[in-house]
Amino acid sequence: MDIHEYQAKEILANFGVHSPPGALAYSPEQAAYRARELGGERWVVKAQVHAGGRGKAGGVKVCDSDAEIQATCESLFGRKLVTHQTGPEGKGIYRVYVEAAVPIEREIYLGFVLDRTSQRVMIVASAEGGMEIEEISADRPDSIVRATVEPAVGLQDFQCRQIAFKLGMDPALTAPMVRTLQGCYRAFREHDATMVEINPLVVTGDSRILALDAKMTFDDNALFRHPQISELRDKSQEDPRESRAADRGLSYVGLEGNIGCIVNGAGLAMATMDTIKLAGGEPANFLDIGGGATPERVAKAFRLVMSDDNVQAVLVNIFAGINRCDWVAEGVVQALKEVQVDVPVVVRLAGTNVEEGQKILAKSGLPIIRATTLIEAAQRAVGAWQNDLSQGSNMRAVQ
Amino acid sequence: MSIFIDRATPVIVQGITGKMARFHTADMIAYGTNVVGGVVPGKGGQTVEGVPVFDTVEDAVAATGAEASLVFVPPPFAADSIMEAADAGIKYCVCITDGIPAQDMIRVKRYMYRYPKDRRMVLTGPNCAGTISPGKALLGIMPGHIYLPGHVGIIGRSGTLGYEAAAQLKEHGIGISTSVGIGGDPINGSSFKDILEHFEADDETHVICMIGEIGGPQEAEAAAYIRDHVTKPVVAYVAGLTAPKGRTMGHAGAIISAFGESASEKVEILTAAGVTVAPHPAEIGDTIAKVMQKEAA
Repeated sequence: MDIHEYQAKEILANFGVHSPPGALAYSPEQAAYRARELGGERWVVKAQVHAGGRGKAGGVKVCDSDAEIQATCESLFGRKLVTHQTGPEGKGIYRVYVEAAVPIEREIYLGFVLDRTSQRVMIVASAEGGMEIEEISADRPDSIVRATVEPAVGLQDFQCRQIAFKLGMDPALTAPMVRTLQGCYRAFREHDATMVEINPLVVTGDSRILALDAKMTFDDNALFRHPQISELRDKSQEDPRESRAADRGLSYVGLEGNIGCIVNGAGLAMATMDTIKLAGGEPANFLDIGGGATPERVAKAFRLVMSDDNVQAVLVNIFAGINRCDWVAEGVVQALKEVQVDVPVVVRLAGTNVEEGQKILAKSGLPIIRATTLIEAAQRAVGAWQNDLSQGSNMRAVQ
Repeated sequence: MSIFIDRATPVIVQGITGKMARFHTADMIAYGTNVVGGVVPGKGGQTVEGVPVFDTVEDAVAATGAEASLVFVPPPFAADSIMEAADAGIKYCVCITDGIPAQDMIRVKRYMYRYPKDRRMVLTGPNCAGTISPGKALLGIMPGHIYLPGHVGIIGRSGTLGYEAAAQLKEHGIGISTSVGIGGDPINGSSFKDILEHFEADDETHVICMIGEIGGPQEAEAAAYIRDHVTKPVVAYVAGLTAPKGRTMGHAGAIISAFGESASEKVEILTAAGVTVAPHPAEIGDTIAKVMQKEAA
């Protein structure tokens, strides 16, 4: 789960990682008021969206007056910000963060990630702050400093000092840098984060270390023990279909294509998408309905897939183990009676009791296109979609 | 014997009184697995599916000589249960539980390393379908009837995609020595490389099939190991050629976040290491059949 910059800064502040003074606003007027409250002569207005690359996309602006803040905010609020991380649809701006501008001496990149190779928390730092880490690793890989945290004892001060010296920081800043790194690590560990990124971490003209930006991502599997983090969820930043799916215990990712997929198991779902592509189509979504393909889950899945207007055919691929095919077939039939599905539906069942399952589908009288193998299912789904397009009729699938 | 479990291997089920666990315990017993007991704290003394329940893994091992364990414990308590098994001297543990926090798994891995390698428990999973040595024993939730006994060793991150591969092999009349699910989580007990080591040393396994997916460094690590250490032919498939970058595809670990983590990059790395990669999922069985014919010729 992602949170906003201002929320991440608030969490980090509790662990002694400082940021410039700032305040949140929900309207241009409130933003101008917040700036007056903060005082000073120069402010940074930052669109709060769950994505990086905001600066380049025009979501971060330096302002010198009330009027400028107001004008900037008027151009931001309600707009969709498109960055390289949001996809073409962008993310809506409903909150801005107003922060006092600070004189910057130098910028540092600092990231804490879950490193899958060492299976530990890894610190990644670079003297090339402000750039994206992908750019740094492509252009200046030698500037990257890494350290892994031994989970039994946690991050040690000597590791933090090593990082500070390798970044070429003024020795007078070693102690505050150690505090900053330790603070980030504690925030990471105590909240079950999967990522903490401060880019840039800056040294100010008056030798303070401040987080100018902050991003935190949390482990969805650990939210059960962090109710205060779960409350920070902002649905306006999520794809509405994905939110709805998550609320119903389904795993859904919307894509650009037009063949809807309903599959049990994440690996099989990806394999099904790959096979559709191979057959000449494009998947409209990834959808894993999980192990137990109950009639209720299948019906929910159909509703979800059909809520995407681009869907012109649906491919159901269920490999039934303990949940037998006859039972899954009953579920599909029941779902198709409950949910209005006006596009061709291809069903491929495999596994336990497959013959009984096929019989149930055949006897249902519903225009279900049946398939026995994965490739056949994909080809029939793509074929049905193309047929449907060329006929332009409402005449749906036949056996 | 097969790599982790055999007909005689005494097995316990942790969390045996849960609905899912009961169901699969009965299924495993019906398959022929030597299930000797279960563990649920506070429910010691009960009997479930004809086997005794113990309060601790230590008690269960003392009373039954259990060597393998299947963990069905809910996510908040699963990591603790795995460590309990490691401490009690269990040799092989499969964790089915989906949804264990990543930091809990970091702790589990760290804890297991306190034992010297010859006494260290092997863990597969979490978030996997289990392990089966067809015709001998089943430690997991997969439908046993889709696996024929034979000589192909399967390692996979996904449950149902592993079923798909087994079913395709059955169509060809090809059997399996052992199929091991390593699970879809970012931090798992055993990697592809760990299981490859076991299959390379296993006389019953002649061909190895690995079923990977997007995300993480484990396929690339396996490729390097295969290139340098594996003499048996390896066939692979990597799911997620159509998956977009930066999105989690169902499995917590299935997310492309760095170089070498996309399906096409993994295919390239594996091919360069001498692995025969099935071009698409419907051809896993055909590809293995061809490799086996070539071996026989």
